[in-house]
Amino acid sequence: MGAGNSSQIYQGSGWKLLFPSWIIIGIFLLAPVLMMGVYSFLTKEFRGGVIWQFSLDAYDQFFFDRGLFGDEPPRLEWTYIGIFWRSIWQAGLATIACLLIGFPTAWFIATRNPKSRSTWLFLVTIPYWVNLLIRTVSMKFLIRDTGPLNEFLLSFGIIDAPLGLINTNFAVQLGLFYSYLPFMVLPIYAAVERYDFSLSEAAADLYAGRWTILRLVILPVVKPGIVAGCILVFVPSLGAFLAPDLLGGAKTFMIGSLIEEQFKGNAGNWPFGAAASMILLTIVMCVLLVYARNQNKVEAR
Amino acid sequence: MKKLLTTTALALMSLTAGAHAEGKLSIYHWFEYIPQELLDKFAEEYDVEVTMDTFDSNEALLASLKAGKLGSYDVAVPGDYMVKIMAGEGMLDTFEPSELSNFGNIEEKWVDVDFDPGRKSSIPYQWGSTSFSVNKDVYSGPLDSLGLIFDPPAELTGKINVLDTAGETLTLASLYLGIPQCTSDKAQLKELNALVQKAKPDWASFGSDAAKDVLVSGDAAAGMIWSGFSAKARSEGANIEYVFPKEGMIVWMDNVVLLKDAPNRENALKFMNFLLEPENAATVTNYAQYTAGVKDVSEFLEPEVANSPESNPPADQKGVFVEACPEDVQVLYDAIWTNLKK
Repeated sequence: MGAGNSSQIYQGSGWKLLFPSWIIIGIFLLAPVLMMGVYSFLTKEFRGGVIWQFSLDAYDQFFFDRGLFGDEPPRLEWTYIGIFWRSIWQAGLATIACLLIGFPTAWFIATRNPKSRSTWLFLVTIPYWVNLLIRTVSMKFLIRDTGPLNEFLLSFGIIDAPLGLINTNFAVQLGLFYSYLPFMVLPIYAAVERYDFSLSEAAADLYAGRWTILRLVILPVVKPGIVAGCILVFVPSLGAFLAPDLLGGAKTFMIGSLIEEQFKGNAGNWPFGAAASMILLTIVMCVLLVYARNQNKVEAR
Repeated sequence: MKKLLTTTALALMSLTAGAHAEGKLSIYHWFEYIPQELLDKFAEEYDVEVTMDTFDSNEALLASLKAGKLGSYDVAVPGDYMVKIMAGEGMLDTFEPSELSNFGNIEEKWVDVDFDPGRKSSIPYQWGSTSFSVNKDVYSGPLDSLGLIFDPPAELTGKINVLDTAGETLTLASLYLGIPQCTSDKAQLKELNALVQKAKPDWASFGSDAAKDVLVSGDAAAGMIWSGFSAKARSEGANIEYVFPKEGMIVWMDNVVLLKDAPNRENALKFMNFLLEPENAATVTNYAQYTAGVKDVSEFLEPEVANSPESNPPADQKGVFVEACPEDVQVLYDAIWTNLKK
């Protein structure tokens, strides 16, 4: 292969060249996760902070319910599991919504002539030059009962009463969808752009219908882009707290807001926040591992 | 959230404006609580570069200082009970009255306060009350009881915003039930828990920094709110009335405290002294629409602020300060709050 030369030149010095990335990974990734892991096993201090004493209280609080005063026999605690489940469900739905809109969008852009593609991509990214916080607040202003959307629909007589979108799960959905849509469009676009359209033509010549072509020819080829897009949308949605806070009225806790509350809010329970983060991290790792194993299987085939 | 914006804006400003200032002053303050002109005035008068970050609850202030911000700010503005907690955590520095030439301007009744006897670490900033306001277009019944929030009539159901702080929300709930603060009586705590659990489905949202905005926009028809914040909502066009409930309301005082390990202790004291000038205290009051704890401010006050209904409760109105509970009791209240929010 052509790369043979360069690999010989750098042979033996690979670890030196990788040194900067290891430092970055070590300082910015492993160390914080390690700290979080350690903190999750410490004893909580009154009003925030930790006491350096081993304790499983944080995990106990997550999984077991001992009543309001902690004096009842332990039962399985469903509330935090419920919050996690709701978050996974919300993030999943946002991912599906992004996929349903993002795939046709990416397809549309990738099938324009090469010159105008960059313009379309540019247009997709323009809203994202604005800070996420500001976009979420704007969304709130837009959909509130006295906001432009409802005023418009009311003035044309399409509805009789405001839709009541704000402070609902749907509003949170909408916020997540809007926040992370480009993370779906861009990887899919990259995959579709590389797709060789003569494959579709060949399939059509062999009397494959449109649906069959999409299912059996296109999807397998662009699948890596779709999976990457799904992960890029799902993972940040899972930990989002701006959308639930601003659009959901801070009533519908998601994992992100639950964790935030432990560090910044009233609860001041650092070990519990760390434990919840560790559990979230484990879930995300599992999702990614399943993906990686599937990828390996596909490649082995 | 808002903090990010303010910080960035101020950081940018200080880059341009204060490039040649003599000293620095770093303030940790509530959001929307000090007019920019006053900060500019101080910066100019004393040739000091001023930066400010903001928080939206006493608990958030404590959490952030505890998480390592102590030593980066000179002054902060905690409420009464939080002054006591912060002093207990060893977060406050002390000063002598002689270090502030305007110390004598503090109103007599606010000098020897329970949360900082003799004012060793703090000076009064503003005081006011916490209760709730109701939109009169939506509800026309009598406005006299906390029941409008905790056991709301049909018109208000699903249109209520409550403050996102355990201290104030649970204290108002306790007032409604007529149970004492910091109680360790399990029957009373269970009653409190049951009350807020039952009320939660009737509430639309939890929010402190949005408390004014939701009333002005009409997202909420009733909302727990601080007196001056309600006055501001009213002046921004909300047709609301601030309610003085018969069960009582929360009275509070926010205070400027000198933080331990303040990087610019001198400037911090200059700033505190500056805020005790009647004219400057009045500037804050005209902006935030609460009441100053400083003498001789009245000549500088705008009449509509001085006479605002929010700042002038009926003479027989009952008010309580939020108490700082001991740890073994506080965990029970924390449990109720967590239970409510999950």
